[in-house]
Amino acid sequence: MTFQDYTRSVHNFEECMKCTVCTAYCPVVPVNPEYPGPKQAGPDGERLRLSDPLFFNRALKYCLNCKRCEVVCPSGVKVGDLILEARLKFDNSKPKLRDRILASTDFMGSMARPFAPLVNMGTSMGIAKAVMDGVLAVDKHRTFPKYSSKGFEKWLRKQESVQGSYPRQVAYFHGCYVEYNNPQQGKDLVKVMNAMGVGVQLLEGEKCCGVAAISNRLEKQACKNAQANLEAIGKAVAQGLTVVNLSSTCTFTMKDEYPSILKLDNSAVKDSVMLATRYIWQLLESGTVEPRFRKDLKPLRIVYHTPCHMQKLGWSMFSKELLKLIPNVELIPLEQNCCGIAGTYGFKKENYETSMAIGEKLFEQIRKADPDFVATDCETCRWQIEMGTGYPVRHPVSLFAAALEDPLA
Amino acid sequence: MKFDTIIIGGGLAGLTAGIRLQEEGRRTAIVSSGQSALHFFSGSFESLQNCPEAEALMERAGVRLHYFPKGRRLLPGGAFREAVLSLGDVSLLPEGPIGKKALIISFNGYHDFFPELLRGALAKECVQSTIATLEMEELEALRKSPSEMRSVNIARVLDKNPDKLVQKVKELVADEDVVILPQVFGLDDDDIPRRISDALTPLKTVFVGTLPPSVPGIRTQNQLCRRYERLGGTFIIGDSVVSAAVHEGVVSSIASNNLDTYRLFADHFILCSGSFFSKGLHSGPSAIEEPVFGLDVEYPESRGQWYKADFFEDQPYMGIGVKADKDLHPSIGGQKVSNLYVAGAILGASKDGKYGTGAGKAIRSALAAANKILSL
Repeated sequence: MTFQDYTRSVHNFEECMKCTVCTAYCPVVPVNPEYPGPKQAGPDGERLRLSDPLFFNRALKYCLNCKRCEVVCPSGVKVGDLILEARLKFDNSKPKLRDRILASTDFMGSMARPFAPLVNMGTSMGIAKAVMDGVLAVDKHRTFPKYSSKGFEKWLRKQESVQGSYPRQVAYFHGCYVEYNNPQQGKDLVKVMNAMGVGVQLLEGEKCCGVAAISNRLEKQACKNAQANLEAIGKAVAQGLTVVNLSSTCTFTMKDEYPSILKLDNSAVKDSVMLATRYIWQLLESGTVEPRFRKDLKPLRIVYHTPCHMQKLGWSMFSKELLKLIPNVELIPLEQNCCGIAGTYGFKKENYETSMAIGEKLFEQIRKADPDFVATDCETCRWQIEMGTGYPVRHPVSLFAAALEDPLA
Repeated sequence: MKFDTIIIGGGLAGLTAGIRLQEEGRRTAIVSSGQSALHFFSGSFESLQNCPEAEALMERAGVRLHYFPKGRRLLPGGAFREAVLSLGDVSLLPEGPIGKKALIISFNGYHDFFPELLRGALAKECVQSTIATLEMEELEALRKSPSEMRSVNIARVLDKNPDKLVQKVKELVADEDVVILPQVFGLDDDDIPRRISDALTPLKTVFVGTLPPSVPGIRTQNQLCRRYERLGGTFIIGDSVVSAAVHEGVVSSIASNNLDTYRLFADHFILCSGSFFSKGLHSGPSAIEEPVFGLDVEYPESRGQWYKADFFEDQPYMGIGVKADKDLHPSIGGQKVSNLYVAGAILGASKDGKYGTGAGKAIRSALAAANKILSL
């Protein structure tokens, strides 16, 4: 460590020279005048909050935690971290029941699954929506993600020995979405991995990455999940395994938010947690395996949307390059705009209009491109884009899997 | 991942080189840490005259330039400067008084524009002026957060209501024949300032730059970036190149913050990481360094010679840059790096602020580097 490492200000806020570039690129500022903007909410506000916590402004809750402010900052200030941490530290109000429900993705999933068809019917019915809107302030325009009655973990556990027979192995952090809402996406990953001679193992005792708990100020719950995950990941890494994941937000949370927001040391495993698209690309690049694509692939126009946390990770090139490998695919990268959902943010009644207004720029581009599929690495972007445009959205790995030859063929 | 050329720095120089190479079908990537100096851009392209290649490249990206021989412009600090080539929505004026009487308009709560200074400059040329504050309800909503009453936010509001703005301006005009407005129009579309000045005719409209962020600069950045990505370029933003593998004067790969152990490879590299502010150069107590490659930098030995005590004098450190040969190859410890080129402000930016020559130099050096690569 150098002397400067000790003197650096919290999230580097002293480096801010008030250029306002962060505010110029903030997706919330143009659509919600209640939000003071990242410069004011972050480094400017931090100065005041350090002198007196009374300066904390509750309007900081309008921040999406998209981290676009950090990506554009010319001075390396962690603007988004400053805002998020201020919300955790200074907002003394109790998180609402609604926020607790929205944040408990794994609890909700395990409760809903046994009754999946009933729950899906219930959450899509007008009357339930009206109750959620009126009582819980979950916006009635939102369609709740469908729950799947059969979990992914159970499916994969059944073929433990088959998976173990592959010469190479990875551990897979599947996350709540694959487990409860879309097991097929996990199966797609397994298909791609197996096609390249890689067996897929479960982590021992993974929990929700905790991103929803963090953004709903349930810090303790988030820390508990994070510690469990770090332990599970640690065990896999000790066996020499890389831990892959399909969701850009889960990966970003485990790599960046654990140390910077939850103050949990992940340095021993950080570089072993990787987005699956990067892992697959690196494997293909090493030249040891070659994908066998189906011969009957029809021309497809695919637009790729870079999720905010993917932009922050800086890894979207891996997903895009993978898609470009599929024969007959015309890949159009969309301009890097926020879709507006930001996880549970867009589900809240007070944010619904802001959320859809932010997404409009992106929706318009997609409608103009009129693609066969929208590809993106984030499940909540997927909900938002499907709702905002009506175009089908798939994970790049699912599109890749669909293009591969059937293993039995 | 392997590219033909990797460009370090996503500002005007980096994007120009990237667009030129992509237009010729090369596979390139730009790694950019944070946004660039275009966000502080005056809109001047002095030193780019007689470079049709550059103008055509800008035109294809939708960036329209405007040539005005023997012109000058009114600077935000209240001085006139010779200026002949600029963005289309930067007002260039002939010699002599700009009119009989001017109306200088600002907005309630906007602190990055100084009508009094402009009035002083006009008075020296015997042009009378009045100062007026324009009020619009749409702008009042912005003032809920007074600290964010900044150019970009104002532009977003006014770009949606140009007709209303014109109406309000007309209401403020008495016997003036010139209207001076801060340049806070056309964040996405440079037709908007044009429409405003057309609608105000026969009044003459003069747009004067503001303190940062620069609305025409941000528009230019986004236009160039869009063009680059549409041509298939890989634009990586928010990442910093931390080191490079150089062996016997040849760069093979770079490492970045976000890519940890994964490396990006290329046949050629262009470094356009800017000057001190953009961290392209780093000054320590006794040495000035280029942090990625450790390139040779030319500077006076004694720190006392790097700067002048009077802040407003020409500062010698502004002229400090990486040493480069005529093909823009830099050197490490005296050894030429044969597949690396340097372009833009990292070459030294002496007096660019004063004469508005920085953008022109960035584009010229970037094109020279790209053309050299294309000729190999």
